[in-house]
Parts: sequence; structure tokens; C-alpha cells
Amino acid sequence: MIEQKVVAPEYLFNEAEREEQFITGSEAVREAIRRANVDMAISYPITPQSESMHLVGDIYAEGYIKEYFRGENEFAVMSSVAGAAMGGVRVFTATGGPGTLRAFEAFPTWAGARLPVVCAFMTRGINSPLSIQPDTLEMAYMLDTGIIMLHAENSQDLYDMILQAFMIAEKPEVHIPVGVFVDGFFVTHTRDRVKIAPPDIKLPPYNPYSAPVPVMDMENPPIRQMRDPFVMKSNFISYAAHASWQQEILAAAERSRRHIAHYLGSLLEAENENAQVMIVASGTAVSQSREAIESARQEGLDVGLVKLKSLRPFPTEELKAVTANAKAVIVPEFNRVGWLAREVRAALEAKVKVVGGPRVFGGMTMPPDLILDEIRRCANE
Amino acid sequence: MSVKIIRPTAAFADLLPAEYLELAANGPYASPKTINDLGNFKEIIEEHPHCAGCGVALGVRLTAASLPAPADTLIVGTAGCSFFGLAQAALNYSCSAFGNQNAVASGLKRMLKIRYPDTHKDVVVLVGDGGIADIGLDLTLHSWFRREKIATIMVDNEVYGNTGGQESGMTQEGQVLNMAPKGKNFAKIPVFELAQVSGCVYCARVTVASPKKIGQVVRKAILLAREVGPTYVQIYTPCPTNFKFPPQQTINIAKKAEEGHYSFREFISDEAQAYWEKNFSSSA
Repeated sequence: MIEQKVVAPEYLFNEAEREEQFITGSEAVREAIRRANVDMAISYPITPQSESMHLVGDIYAEGYIKEYFRGENEFAVMSSVAGAAMGGVRVFTATGGPGTLRAFEAFPTWAGARLPVVCAFMTRGINSPLSIQPDTLEMAYMLDTGIIMLHAENSQDLYDMILQAFMIAEKPEVHIPVGVFVDGFFVTHTRDRVKIAPPDIKLPPYNPYSAPVPVMDMENPPIRQMRDPFVMKSNFISYAAHASWQQEILAAAERSRRHIAHYLGSLLEAENENAQVMIVASGTAVSQSREAIESARQEGLDVGLVKLKSLRPFPTEELKAVTANAKAVIVPEFNRVGWLAREVRAALEAKVKVVGGPRVFGGMTMPPDLILDEIRRCANE
Repeated sequence: MSVKIIRPTAAFADLLPAEYLELAANGPYASPKTINDLGNFKEIIEEHPHCAGCGVALGVRLTAASLPAPADTLIVGTAGCSFFGLAQAALNYSCSAFGNQNAVASGLKRMLKIRYPDTHKDVVVLVGDGGIADIGLDLTLHSWFRREKIATIMVDNEVYGNTGGQESGMTQEGQVLNMAPKGKNFAKIPVFELAQVSGCVYCARVTVASPKKIGQVVRKAILLAREVGPTYVQIYTPCPTNFKFPPQQTINIAKKAEEGHYSFREFISDEAQAYWEKNFSSSA
């Protein structure tokens, strides 16, 4: 283990001289966690996530993390990281696909208990018939769990977003979980050039008393208290308490906007935003869109690109602004249901034509030609 | 927790609720209290919305009065009747999802051990039979397999009380309840035996008709969990509402069970016995 010194997050993210390494997405997770000053990580195997948590285990063995074990299933793992977070520490775990659904009940309880857990989701198909292949379907289910959702396009994003996620999640005015989503296999199992900070620096430690609820350590006055909203009674005060608590979770996510903007630069990135045809995408669908746009420009077609980095909170106002001149918006996705197209349609309020597709699923890669076909259709209408 | 934390500043004392002042002055934090002291100190749980004659409420109260160090005890619960009294406890209490208590407690205990290496932070799971024996059985067993240093206490009313009287895995065979309209057709799940073979170093089975025994076994389970390994206590807490007996009969029914299916049982591993004799035998 290399001796590490604590540095300001801004220094680690923006100023420290970075070294370029040719590594997989899973290795990018390891390098992020190595610098994240994590207290505890808990693992459970599922393809395509497993390798990333093996590598996190390796750096635990080297001494970078204080505690690490393999849990018995994803619901148990998400519950154990919740217990650790209640005890006032920084925790990390990762899952994907069926694992996300197995653990599903835990995610709203994380948000409800104001736990700043950071979890990576290496997305894959949801079973029946059994599939381990890339697919972003699970993200549709996660949209309303109360957690902040960032979507990485590539390994560089994955490395950066995991580190930034801790800082966003732990702000006292936010203090809710952050999920960093990445398309399984396409990113986790491929090598890419990733610029990473030196290994001898790390983030400042978590301050347990940044929590807006009492830390569960019996080091606070023993008022008659409970960590979770008082829901088990049928009276107006209980209803009101639960309703206002839910609103407060939403408000916490709203308050995260300025912190996401501070650390990630913005909630979305736009290129050629005055174009008449815009592609709006997240994850690796952005990379495929870049290819399609390159071909379209060679044909003389005017097309722009919006990369959504934050899905919760959703950058509604920013998206409206960068698509203000568009007559059509194309939303390519790696899933069958088109959850992103639904989000985009709701945000743009039917003021612009939203083309939901192309969509590929079941593990296929998205041929840029499919996107190019949509660009041609929209440009010629 | 240092008692200094709870002592009110004199200038603000008159602004605090009388109940808080009483807890600070006469609660169990500064000097440990026992079952024998009940009635002479301010308890960490005194009010509850349970039904009249509730065995669970009594089991929870007696357990709370038996904690060896309430100032450094964290209770992890789950949904169900046990939740009602505990939600108003004057110590850190958490309940997240149904049946995940031993997994939550595992993460919590490990991190408190790291954050407070020189203080015993007692993590106690206190939940009902449904939470442990049915929906949370896998997470409970795995916490024992992993030898997590947690005391797990079941308040066993042999029924899902809070949801309206359904059969649980701890219901006795033949008992007619909701969801068992022809009577339960298998025996009580042998959680005591499962605890023994799954890594618990101490197990005890008691009823609310024997408060002093509850005091002894709960204390022993928590003290052994600090250093030796996981422990398990199973307390029979009869439910007048769903078994339809008069509320004043709860203790009698528990007493009668002590002569039948709920006789006193205790198991202690050799390692735990040696540790107990070395450190606590005079107070056992």
C-alpha cells in the first residue's frame, strides 16, 4: 500500500497531474475506490459486476479499505452497507441487472434514511429468459427510488463519477445515495485510456456528523427517536410526517444540482446545440451516437448531441435550452422499454418531435447506421 | 456515550421536556440497571401503543431493562409488533426493510468496532418471530455463520400479529390462524437448534413469565456477543389479540408454556463458558 495524503476534492479531481492508463472499466472502479478513502465495501458476485468488486477486495487486502466481506445476496449486501452507513462511515458496493432487482427494496430505504451510500450499477439484462448481456432496463425501475443517478459513458466517466459521487452524496443538504450507472461489458470489460490521479492522494474522510439525521452510534443525546419516518400509525400527524419526509428526499435531490454541476461541470453536455436534429442519449448510446453524427456530418446533415450525465435529478431546463432550435430529438437506447425517451418527452412537453429509438436489447451492440437512418429521416422531413 | 452528552445545560434546563430531564437525571445511562430496579428508574421505553396484555410489549420492556450498557447499545429492529415500543426507545434504534435486521446489524457492528475500538458498542437485534424465522431466516443464519458479534433476540408470539394474525414459521403445529385455515401443518421452526449449529456461542429460551431469567440471559447474551461470538435469545411473548384469550391471562399462559413447549433451555459453547467464568462468573 502506498502512503496516501488527504487532499481537497477539487485538487484530486481537477488539479493533480493525471497519468493515462490503458485499463478496463472494472479497473477504473478499483482506481477510483483506491483514492476514495472508503471505510467499508461489501461484495456479492454477479456478471458483469463481479470483477470490479474482486479488485476492490484486492485493495482492501492491500490496506486501502478498513473492512470488506462477501455478503449472502444483494438484498443482504444493500442492508449491510445501510447498517454501516448508519454507523457513520463511507461505504461502497456494486451490483447489476437481476442483482439490482433482488436488492430493490433497499434503495428507497437508503434514500429514506438519508444514507450517503455510493453504489455502482453495471447494468445488464433482467432475467427470463436468463441473460447476462448488456441492457439498461434496470435503470427504468431505479428512476423513482429517491437516489441520485449518474450515467457514465466510458471508463473515464466511471472513474470520475464514483469519486465525485461521494462528495455529492455527503453534502449535509443532500445526504442521499448516489448510483453510478455504467453499461455492463461495453465499459466494464473493455480497455480504454483513462486519466487518473496519482495513487498517493485520497479524498478527505467522511464526517459522520454531516448527516442530517442522528448518527447511529449512541454518541448523541438519547431523545426518544427513530431514524425512519413514523409511518405505522393511522392519524393525520403520521400521514403528514411521511408526506413531508418524502418531499424532503426529493428536495435533497433538487439541492444536489449545484453540487453535481460543481463536480461534474454540468448535468448534461451539448455539442452543436443549434442543430435542427439533436440526439439525446446517456451511457454508451452516446458513444454510438458520436459515430453516427460523424457520418451524418460527412453527408452534410446538421445534427447535434446531448449527453445526459445526471438522470436524477433530471436536467429538464438545460435540456429545453439546448434543444430550443431542434425540430426533432432522437433518443437511442440500450433497452426495450425506452425509459429515456419517456423522460425526454416529459421534459420537452411535446414542443418538439421526440423519436424514441433506435433501441437495441438482449445484448446486441447498437450499429451507428441505425442512428444514422433516424438522423436522415428527421433531417429530410 | 459519555453521560456529559445528555446532561442539560442549567440555563436551558427549563426549556427541555420534563421527560428528558428525568431520563438525564434518573435514566439507566450512568449506572446500569436491572430487572430488579424496575419501578425505581426512568426506563428507556415506557410508553407503547401495543394492545392490552401484549406479551411482545412486556418482552421488549424486560429486554430493554436488562441491557448491560444502554448508553452504548444500538437496537436494530424490523417491521412488526416489536417495532411499536422500540420506535419510542430512548436509544438509537433503526428499522429499514422487513427481515434485513441481521444484515443491517452486521454492517453497523463492524463499523462501530472500527470507529470506537476502545468502547463496547452493543448491537442488539430485537424482532419478532416472522422477522427472524421466516422472511429474515437466511440473513439471520448468515450473520451467525459469519460469526458477527451481535446478540439476536426473538420476541416470539407465534403469529404475525401486526398484519392481523397470520400463521408464522414459529406457530405451533395444528394451530388455526389466518392463512392456515385448516391448521398449521408443520412444526415450529427449530431456530434454537439452528442457532446452535450455525455458530451461536450462547442460546437461551425463556418466557415473559420469568422476568429475572430474561434479565440474566439477555445480559449474558449481550456480554458474550461482545467478545466471543453471536448469541441468540428466544422469548415467548403470548398474543391475547390473535389467540383470543383475556389480556390478564398473558403471564399465566406463558407460565403454563414453561411446563410444556417453552421450558427453559440454555446452550453455551465451551469457549463462551470459559470466557464467562473468567470474566463474569461472580456476577452470573
